[in-house]
Amino acid sequence: MIVRIATEDQYRLPDEDAKRLNELDNQAVAAVDAGDEARFHAVFDEMLTLVRRDGHKLADDELEESDVILPPPDLSFDEARHEFTGDGLIPD
Amino acid sequence: MAGLGGRMSTVIKAKINRMLDKAEDPSETLEYSYAKQMELLQNVKKGVADVVTAKKRLQLQQQKLEQQVVKLDTQARQALAAGREDLARTALERKQFAQTELQSLDQQVAELEAQQQQLIDKEQKLRSKLEQFRTKKEVIKAQYSAAEAQVKISEAATGVGEEMADVGLAMQRAIDKTEGMRARANAMDELEAAGAFDDNLSLTQGQDDIDRQLSQLTSSTAVDDDLEKLRRELGQGAGTTAPALEEGTPTQQPQEGQR
Repeated sequence: MIVRIATEDQYRLPDEDAKRLNELDNQAVAAVDAGDEARFHAVFDEMLTLVRRDGHKLADDELEESDVILPPPDLSFDEARHEFTGDGLIPD
Repeated sequence: MAGLGGRMSTVIKAKINRMLDKAEDPSETLEYSYAKQMELLQNVKKGVADVVTAKKRLQLQQQKLEQQVVKLDTQARQALAAGREDLARTALERKQFAQTELQSLDQQVAELEAQQQQLIDKEQKLRSKLEQFRTKKEVIKAQYSAAEAQVKISEAATGVGEEMADVGLAMQRAIDKTEGMRARANAMDELEAAGAFDDNLSLTQGQDDIDRQLSQLTSSTAVDDDLEKLRRELGQGAGTTAPALEEGTPTQQPQEGQR
């Protein structure tokens, strides 16, 4: 599985991590939905850590499409909220 | 899209894909990529320049604040030496405030530096991926059947396209951050020009009150000194001025003068 951390790097991760990543992703969205900023940052950090720890950076000669793209690591809670309410990080 | 059901990564990926603007024909993709790359690299260069400008500006403000801290420290010492603890306290309070501001500036400068480095890295990576793409394309054409080659080249193009979209995103974020800091720097400059910055720092009244009071203290001392000097020059009351310097027994001075 190829995961990109936006504005950073692409990583190759074992497929087993997909499940955990999805769980965390759902938790992150739930935290945003609940307006729980601390929880959101905790969960998002865990996602980033998981990818950086388990993943190997793709070399420059590997031209691969990512299966999963995580938001930029410096994503603020405000940005995350906007992300899920329409006009987000990347304007449509 | 109220993404309450969706995942964060899905939303981001959908958006990145929308930025990709995939072309159908791989060879066209390459041409398109090349034009787009040139444009993007220009933008990244400009972005880096903007970040550097913003950083320099913040560093200028850092210098000013550092001077402020030194000045306030001197004021505090002077005030305390003159027995004005209240003034010294005010000066130290302001110094504290200026130091807090300095810390926040340090943080912002560090953030901009990271941003600058990230953009440079991203540019480098994109250049190298595009180079790879150009080489790979020829290799693929030589190794695979036309149909297979088309698919493979298309895949590689998608990878490069994603990288380009990501550089674009990194650029956008750098611009946003820089603009935020520039706005803040502007506000600080304006405040300073209007003399309000000092008021801000002072927490109480105008900045000049410490200066004023200190200068009153210093000037009254200076006036005394000048008076003494004049007296000495005029040979007036040799006993009045001299003792402090010559006899080193100031207590005798008023007595002699009275005699």
